[in-house]
Amino acid sequence: MSYSLAKVDQIIDGYGADKEALIQILLDIQHEFRWLSREILLHTADRLGLPMNHLYNVTTFYKHFSLIPQGRHAVAVCVGTACHVRGATQLLDRVSQGLKLSPDETSADEKFSLKTVSCLGCCALGPVMVIDGKYMSNPTSNEIAEIVEECE
Amino acid sequence: MMSKLTSVSALEALRKDILSRRDPEKTKLSVCSGTGCRAYDSDKVIDALKAGLLHHGLNEKIDVVTTGCHGFCELGPVMVIYPDGTSYFKIKPDDVDEIIETVDQGKVVDRLLYVDQGGNVQAKEDDIPFYKYQNRVVFGNNHFIDPENIEDYLALDGYHAMATCLNSLSPEEVLETVKKANLRGRGGGGFPAGQKWEATRNAPGDVKYVIVNADEGDPGAYMDRSILEGNPHSVLEGMLIGAYAIGAHKGFIYIRQEYPLAVEHLNRAILQMEELGLLGENILGTGFNFEISVHRGAGAFVSGESSALMSSIEGKVGEPRPKYIRTSISGVHGCPSDLNNVETWANVPIIFNRGVDWFTSIGTEGSKGTKIFSLVGKVNNTGLVEVPMGISLHDIIFKIGGGIRDGKKFKAVQTGGPSGGVIPEDMLDLPVDFDALTMVGSMMGSGGMIVMDEETCMVDVAKYFLEFLADESCGKCVPCREGITQMLHLLKMICSGEGQPEDLVLLEEVAAMTKECSLCALGQSAPNPVLSSLKYFRAEYEAHVNDKCCPAHVCKDLVTYHIDPAKCKGCGKCLKNCPVGAISGEKKEPHVIDLEKCTKCDTCFLVCPPKFRAVTKLSGNQTLPVSKPEET
Repeated sequence: MSYSLAKVDQIIDGYGADKEALIQILLDIQHEFRWLSREILLHTADRLGLPMNHLYNVTTFYKHFSLIPQGRHAVAVCVGTACHVRGATQLLDRVSQGLKLSPDETSADEKFSLKTVSCLGCCALGPVMVIDGKYMSNPTSNEIAEIVEECE
Repeated sequence: MMSKLTSVSALEALRKDILSRRDPEKTKLSVCSGTGCRAYDSDKVIDALKAGLLHHGLNEKIDVVTTGCHGFCELGPVMVIYPDGTSYFKIKPDDVDEIIETVDQGKVVDRLLYVDQGGNVQAKEDDIPFYKYQNRVVFGNNHFIDPENIEDYLALDGYHAMATCLNSLSPEEVLETVKKANLRGRGGGGFPAGQKWEATRNAPGDVKYVIVNADEGDPGAYMDRSILEGNPHSVLEGMLIGAYAIGAHKGFIYIRQEYPLAVEHLNRAILQMEELGLLGENILGTGFNFEISVHRGAGAFVSGESSALMSSIEGKVGEPRPKYIRTSISGVHGCPSDLNNVETWANVPIIFNRGVDWFTSIGTEGSKGTKIFSLVGKVNNTGLVEVPMGISLHDIIFKIGGGIRDGKKFKAVQTGGPSGGVIPEDMLDLPVDFDALTMVGSMMGSGGMIVMDEETCMVDVAKYFLEFLADESCGKCVPCREGITQMLHLLKMICSGEGQPEDLVLLEEVAAMTKECSLCALGQSAPNPVLSSLKYFRAEYEAHVNDKCCPAHVCKDLVTYHIDPAKCKGCGKCLKNCPVGAISGEKKEPHVIDLEKCTKCDTCFLVCPPKFRAVTKLSGNQTLPVSKPEET
């Protein structure tokens, strides 16, 4: 735990504990820990001299922040317009089925998190699923099952 | 490590030095490493090329340039060989040895060349229709620039325009030039950039800011990202010129954190500028000071709106405010702030380098220069295209885009993202022009151009955009929050077969209210996808409402999956792949779908071999062409 807060302090100090850099600081913390725990938020609020409600306001407004732990394997399905017209809805259904997760959920063993994203900019591959940075073009249920199997 | 440049002549001397070390006749392999090509493993291709050249002892003779996006994402990874311009597509690491050998011998690898829909082979990039009809003014330099190397930008006249402005033009002259060029905002609105600059310049206050809006939120557009990934200095140079004209000494770049590569390239470019003295105090000895801070957005579409973006820069939630006072008067910290989109900024140095007359010679009366679009959806040649304003939509989709995939029929093209609308086939002669597109109920927008074919349901597309907007509306004003929610509710009813004829009228009423009464552009333009599709494709809405039929077979609740026994050869593919075990049948006998179990996941439709095409979707009163076989 103390390691976490030391790391958080390091990030905050990197921005000179500037209140205005709150979003940048939270992005870096989230990048480090994959989510923002209550303990970390309280500490950050304290360090920046901001009320906790301001931090909740910001962290619930912006999509990227997560107040629950994220899985070890990040799965994203692109639901940008180009992917949508090429069948992203059906792909999302198949991925949901394969992972037994709804979008924005994390599995109980913290193995997978499923998210939807809007346009990854590889529309030619659409509809696209990304798992741990690997892009897959319109995988079938079996292909999804295979890659899920491979994950530790 | 380069030393700081203290004068304009030192910059020109450095440029001369860089050029003297470069041989334009030397063979260069320009390989795209933009996000699209990276998804196809272009990084492995580049590594293999570098290793291969070293292995063959050709690394001194042939250069590899790792570049940003070339545009033709459909066929990535993409490579162009200079100086002769031969282009290769869909390159695999295994192809690399052959490429190296043939390049050295002056030969060509035929199988990697472009073949058009008619079977014609085009070896040279300039001859490929996808590129031939473009006018790549802003985007073209991507081919020659390693975005991590400022020397590549300097070799292409980089920072020459800025140096000229700082050294020999007054801020007023710079402003006049941009006004004369009639550069309009590429982010969507099309507001004249010169006017915005002038308003900020004339606003009272000593501290002023310039801002790059790189919060590209339109779900289907990625040109801003590709400019920042591929040629970050062009945006930075434009920003400095603007700052000089306005009298600003600090700039912000607001960029989505979803674009990690662009953030990385941008930060590196800024460091290089600082090293060279192109940023900081007394730039090039001209007495002009400027600093830039990069602010990553944390994911909120509405934060792309100017007042929301500025409040986000201050570390707050990015909600818009009423703009009785414009951000050019009171923006970041209440100071006059000028905000322009990435592509707008990237156009600025070009205007100075090539002249106002040249710039205004491209385009239409009201829209000058070029515009980059992401041409995506059901079109053959997906990618980023830069076209002169005034080109017809038809030319973009059919000449550059190569027409519709799989020989299907064109239905509509959507421009302007969630704020835009759909344009039907009989309006394809429409020129790409800010005003012309607005007139037909769509808009230029940031440049998403999504092509739709007969298998796209227009009601579903309207629902899609409203789902996106319902999620992204900040909820601050009631008309937007409730208007979008209610429109979405009606569309969901219609798509699930529970719509009533009077719902269409209600939809139009709610749309009109939302448009009229919302606080910011998000809400004001949110009804556009609904209104434009209702206007041009009302019959499709009526089919959903009256016949409970989705003619495009998209709306899940109105569609059922069947296997045509006349076409099914019992290969078992669908049976094996069905995730819920809804398909039964003996080998080599026609299979049957149990509609009770079927979740309509589309898997059987996808895996059924194209030579059989036995899986069929039905909607409304449609029936299978032949009777169903007996179930055993």
